[in-house]
Formats: sequence, structure tokens, C-alpha cells
Amino acid sequence: MSTPFAKLPRWADYGLIPLINLLVAFIVAGIVVLLVGENPLKAAAVLVEGAFGSGQNLAYTLYYATTFIFTGLAVAVAFHAGLFNIGGEGQAYIAGIGVAAVCLTFDGILPWWLTFPLAIVASAVVGAAWAFIPAYLQARRGSHIVITTIMFNYIAASVMVYLLVNVIKPAGSMAPQTRDFLEGAQLPKLGWLFEVFGLSVRSAPLNVSFLLALFMAWVVWLLIWRTKLGFEMRTFGFSPKAARYAGIGEARVTIVAMLISGGLAGMMALNPIMGDQHRMQLDFVSGAGFVGIAVALMGRSHPAGIIAAAVLFGALYQGGAELAFEMPNVSRDMIVIMMGLVILFAGALEHMFRPTVQTIFASLSPRSMGVPAPKGEGA
Amino acid sequence: MAEAAIQLIGINKSFGAVRANRDINLEVERGTIHGIIGENGAGKSTLMSILYGFYQADSGEVHVGGKATSIHTPNDAIAAGIGMVHQHFMLVENFTVIENVILGAEGEPLLNASISKARSELQRLEREYGLEVDPDAIIEELPVGLQQRVEILKALFRGCDILILDEPTGVLTPAEADHLFRILKMLKDEGKTVVLITHKLREIMAITDTVSVMRQGTMVATRKTSETTVEELAELMVGRRVLLRVEKGEAKPAGVKLSVKDLTVKDSRGVVMVDGVSLEVRAGEIVGIAGVAGNGQSELIEAISGIRKAEAGTVLLDGKPIDVTGHADPGELRDRGLAHVPEDRHHVGLVLAFEEAENSVLGYHDKPQYLRGPFLNIEAIHADAREKIEKYDIRPANDRLKTANFSGGNQQKIVLAREIEQDPGVLIVGQPTRGVDVGAIEFIHKRLIAMRDAGKAVLLVSVELDEIRSLSDRILVMFAGRVVGERGPEASEGELGLLMAGVERQEAAE
Repeated sequence: MSTPFAKLPRWADYGLIPLINLLVAFIVAGIVVLLVGENPLKAAAVLVEGAFGSGQNLAYTLYYATTFIFTGLAVAVAFHAGLFNIGGEGQAYIAGIGVAAVCLTFDGILPWWLTFPLAIVASAVVGAAWAFIPAYLQARRGSHIVITTIMFNYIAASVMVYLLVNVIKPAGSMAPQTRDFLEGAQLPKLGWLFEVFGLSVRSAPLNVSFLLALFMAWVVWLLIWRTKLGFEMRTFGFSPKAARYAGIGEARVTIVAMLISGGLAGMMALNPIMGDQHRMQLDFVSGAGFVGIAVALMGRSHPAGIIAAAVLFGALYQGGAELAFEMPNVSRDMIVIMMGLVILFAGALEHMFRPTVQTIFASLSPRSMGVPAPKGEGA
Repeated sequence: MAEAAIQLIGINKSFGAVRANRDINLEVERGTIHGIIGENGAGKSTLMSILYGFYQADSGEVHVGGKATSIHTPNDAIAAGIGMVHQHFMLVENFTVIENVILGAEGEPLLNASISKARSELQRLEREYGLEVDPDAIIEELPVGLQQRVEILKALFRGCDILILDEPTGVLTPAEADHLFRILKMLKDEGKTVVLITHKLREIMAITDTVSVMRQGTMVATRKTSETTVEELAELMVGRRVLLRVEKGEAKPAGVKLSVKDLTVKDSRGVVMVDGVSLEVRAGEIVGIAGVAGNGQSELIEAISGIRKAEAGTVLLDGKPIDVTGHADPGELRDRGLAHVPEDRHHVGLVLAFEEAENSVLGYHDKPQYLRGPFLNIEAIHADAREKIEKYDIRPANDRLKTANFSGGNQQKIVLAREIEQDPGVLIVGQPTRGVDVGAIEFIHKRLIAMRDAGKAVLLVSVELDEIRSLSDRILVMFAGRVVGERGPEASEGELGLLMAGVERQEAAE
């Protein structure tokens, strides 16, 4: 049977359709705002202003985006290998131990630019180690990775509470957190980058891990589309049977992909711990691992898409916080609804408007559509 | 002049820029068997899908029984008296025959009443058309031929006057196909109209009254079957003269390249599919394995090529063992010169979402010429892919196009080019021309003969008996997991057909 829909030009596929989805999500969100008795246009203005209106707001948006890039990349890498890593939350949380261990050990001895690489390695290793267990169980024992990674999120949460309350907390302190790091474990802010454009970030926590996130996005792109390992992961992700046929070891790809995924999720811990709080607190991940799933979904598992989606979610976080502050009727929960709508329309209902758009394109210019040959058995 | 059962007038249907049906006019007389023939992608299935309500025509009219009828869903088609037997059966495997027959036509909320009503109706149909099936048998326990009969019963139960069959004989033994044809003739004698879609010219000649030929979305000709020939139809289908028989010289078999001894393989459910099979393939010969689909051929070649673990037995490649019962690695076997064109190119041989070039190195992607350290050597891969596209005339000649957008024949050429161009000593080929158009079949057959003439050992598995007979130097017939006979290429179709149906074996057992 032939595909009923022809192909779209790339820019429509990757630009126009997500834009339409987003627009519909915001229209529905606007209706919700209307229902609580606020003006949706005004709310939208506050949101955009809150996210991008000043140097400080923009820096906050990018600070959140940094976190989401890491977790989004983590989900995407696993996804390319056909694995659904729901455990980014737990992997990032546990990886905090690695970051904290490096920081607490070296913050008085080394400058930040030496502590940072060590912390990067530590976060990735610990995150990967936490992802290894579900990966091994899936590869060798057939336990489904979705179930095990979800369970490992709870285990991670419990372990971290135990460690922070009973082990890591400095003696005599009331707060379940590490001591404050010294200067050697505090990442520099990116204020200078903003000052070039004449903007001021003031207290916003945007730091060099943002640059690391962008770099890792490039590395992930290289890995997926330019290396033998990425080729094997994609083959396995699209068709495990074809991978078997091509001599690609299922267990090896599963485990390696999950290690990389866990490592990327783990790096997320750098941003809040070293870049912002300068100590490890209880629940510092606060759902970023789950937002990463939405980010990867919306960014179509492509690093460029993930950066864009991460900025969008960062903007919703930051702008939403401003909105909740400015409009008392719009609570923080409303922002969660809004993000839910974005995920719903951009992720779950991704293909809802595609047939219509394709019909419009086909009637406008048949030649721009590419030539999908008739295919399939016994046509 | 008999009345027209179906009349299609000026049917057009496009998918994006592809015009699957162009100004199709078709008239099928009541009480006849009408064949529709054409290559893959000629638009046969699209046309029938329009008639059965799966697709809507962009323009044109459908008349059923002389009245203009609008068919939007299969339910409309059923109401208009049209029934369809699909190539892939639409049966609930773990339901009984009778449950499948009444499915969607239960008629009342309680099943018991409708089942007993259906039972007497089935008995009537059995009497009238010789459609014998045990109504209480579970579908998955029935052979394919009987499953197909259930599909026909389903259509008749819903009171159809017009029966459409899409490639009905692809899964049948010659004997089962003959039985099907007898049933179709009986249906015709009862005044039913039959539309038969196929790409097998012989079937058209054997059973139809009239035949329409489709090519590239258009209806190119309609002929009375008695007034046409196989050659004319083939030419109409392809648009040029076709060589139906492969030209090949004498085989010059040399030393044994591949030797299989007492191989036993189970499928994923634990059923023994290959039961102590032994065979040898020599350099410079094509050994064909004939058999009805599902008699262990697939599992046999999967085990030899390291994709499926065998239970017992030994396989020697160039005299050295392949660890078929342990950890045979298809990648390592490729290094040792064993190439494999799998039966299922959509899920095994290709990754449809990949670019053509990526598929042209699948399985060989770890060869040094395609790598630069841990990175893929993109330039080398694309240069290599373009070379193969040229040599194998793969169309469209675009190594960056997604593989899913190539036609079946061109997809198969991508796989063949990849496996043959690595110059393997042994080539295992499963269903090389399934879903492949006539023009490409000719090309693929020539390549396989060329492999043989270059002194390679070729093991060919196909359910197309014609293909086996015209390519093989020796023919092994598999039935129920065993090799039940070996014949030369001169063996008659009837003889092989009996072996494929397991007849000789039963006689020997008596």
C-alpha cells in the first residue's frame, strides 16, 4: 500500500509543523487563562517579557535551558538506539554525588577550570553507572528498560535523601545539603557574554555549563550521524532485526547507548550544583529529567531541535514564574498545564496537522514535494 | 451483451505528486472471472482499494450493478455486494472459523443465536461451492489454503456478488491453487463475478475470461483471455519485450563451499521448523530450495547465516565450522565470505528510514574502507553507493533519498548490490524477487547466474516455483522441515508440486 501522504520540504517538516503545533498549544492555553478570568494576550505578553524581556530574564531562561539540553540529549541518545530512558531524573540526581565529591575535595586546592573537567568526568561516570544497571538488566535479563529506569528514579531519590540527611550533611547543620563550595568549585557566570550586547544579567545563574551543553549537543550530533557507533545505534533503534543481520551486537549497543545517555543526564547536575547553588541540595533536579523527555520528543531527537526545545521550555519556566508573580489568578500549576499542552500538541499530537499541511503543499506546488515512488508489496 | 457488474469511469487518484491511477475505465461483466494484471506499483491495489472503500478516488465514478454508487468505507462496499480477499488475511488467529465469519456481522447482541444461524448458512455455502472448512477449527491451526477459504466464506456470508481476490495464490501450493481455481469457477457458474488481481501470467491464462493490463497507473489494454498470449500480456505489462526464461549455460560445479549436516532449528515458539536437514552447495552452482512458505526454508537460511540460533547440527563454510548452535556472528561470517540476501528486506535487509547510501554499507559498515577511526568515512560511503547505483541501475539514482521511497525492485537491488559487490564466496538468497517488478526480476536473475558463472556457491530459497526451476542447477524440496527430495532442473512442475505438498513422504510412510 502506498503512503497516503507525500513528503514535505524540510523547512516545513522541521519548522512550520512544530510552529503550528506550538501555536495551537498556546491558543488552548490562552483559553485556560481566559477561564480563570485573566486576559490571555496580556498573559502572553507577561510570559514573553518574563522570558526574554531583559538580560537577566534571558539569562534565567538560558540557565533553565542548559539543564534541559543535557536531559534532552540524554533521552535522545537512548531513543536513537530504540531505548526509552525515563531514568534521566534519577541519573542526574545520583550524579550529583560525583559532582559534590569532586567539589568538596578540590574546591580549596584547584582553580575552577581544573575542578570543572574533573567534575564533568565525575558527573558523567556516576550518571552512566546509575544507567548501567537497568541497561544490563535489559540487555542480559530482558527486564524492560522503561520499568527499571522508572523504578531507579525512586531508588535514586531515596538514596539521595539518606545520603544528604545522614552522610553528606555537615555535622551540626539543620539543612540536608553539603557545605557551601569554595571559589575553586564555583563556575563563572556568563555575564561578559551579555555585556557584549549591552545587557546585564545581574544575579542570574547562567554559567559556563551552558557552553558545555552546546558543545555536548555538537558531540551528540557527531556521535549519532558521523560515527560507526552512532550508525549501529540507529540501525538497532530502527530495526533490531536488521541490526542482528548486520552483525551488530544487541547487548553491546543497548549498554553503550545507555551509558552515554546516563552520562549526559549526569552532566545536568553540574549546572545547578556548581553553577548556581554552589552546594548540593535535596531535590536539585526537580523534574528536569522528565522535562528532558518532552524536550527530546519535541526536538525530534536532533541536537539542534533539542536546543530549540530546551530554550522554549526554559522560557516557559522563567516566563511562567514571572507570570505567576504578576497575575495572582495564574498559579504555578497553570504553567505546568501550559507545558503539558505544549507536550501534548508538539509531542503526542505531532502529526495532527500534518495531513492538512501536506494537502495544502501538494495543491500549491506538486513539484516541491519530492518523488516518493510507489512502493510496497503487490501494489 | 451481459450486464456489467462493475463499471469504473475515469478514476483518478494521486498520492501527493504520484498519480497512482490515471483515467481508469474498467468494465467487468456479470458472471465472469476478470483478471487484472500489472507490475508492482502499476496501481492495481490502489484501484481495488478505491472499489472497496479504503481510498476515495479524486475523480471518477463507480457503478455497481448499473447504478452509480458512492463507496466511502468497506461497509459501503459490502452493502453494495462487494467482497474482498486480501493478500494478507484479515483473520483473528485465535478465533474459530465460525467466529471469524460472523465477526462484524454478528447481527444480535448474544453470540449463540448468530453462531447457530451462521452454522446453517455455512453448511449451505459448503454444499453449493465445495468450500469445506471445519467451522470450529481455530484459524492458526489451519493451513494457509484453508485460511484463505475462510476469507472467501466471510465475503459470501455477507452476501457478496462480486468477489475481489488480491494475489490469492502467493501463499498456496500448486494443488491448493488448483483447488482455489475450481472454487472460483464454481462461483462463476453460480452467477457471481470474480475479479482476480495477480502478477502471475499463467494464472490469468488458466482461469480468467477477460484480462485487463495496468501499467504505471493507467489501464493499457483489456483482452479476451482466449484471444491473447502470455507473451503479449508480458509485453503490455512492461511496455517492452521481456525474456521470461533465463538464458544460462551449463553449470561447472567445483569443490564444496557450504556444507550443512543434520541441522535442526526451532522457531521462537519452540516448534521444530528445520528437522535434521543436510545439504551441500558447491562452487559454481545454484542450489534451489523449493517449498510452500512456512516449511522451514526461512529458518534454515537464517540459521546458516547466523541470525537464528540452531538447536543441533553442523555447518561448514569452506571446510571450517560456523558456530550455528552458539554465537555465530553475521558480521564475522561476512568477513569469511558468506553473504546473505534476506527474505524480508523491509525489516531485516534494509533500514527503511536510512538514506540509500547508509543501507548500501549496512553490515559492512565496519570495513576499514568505510571508516576513519571511529568515524564513518562519509565521502567513501557515498562514492561507493553512487557506484552501485550506476552499476545496478537503481532508480531514482539518489544516494541521499530515504530507502522507504524506493520501489520494491529497487530496494532489492540495493540489497543485492551490497551483498554481491563484496565478492562473497557463498551467497544465500531468500525470495530474491518477492514484490519485485518483471523488469527487475530479469536483472536480478541475470546477476545470480553471473555469480554462479564466476564460481560462487549460491543457495536460493524461493516460493516461486518458476524461479527455482529456471535458476537452479539442483532443486531440493522442503516439506515440514525436512528435505523430501532432490531433483534436477528438468523436473516437472507437477512432480515438484507433489513433493512440496508432502505426498511422496506420506506414501513412503504407508
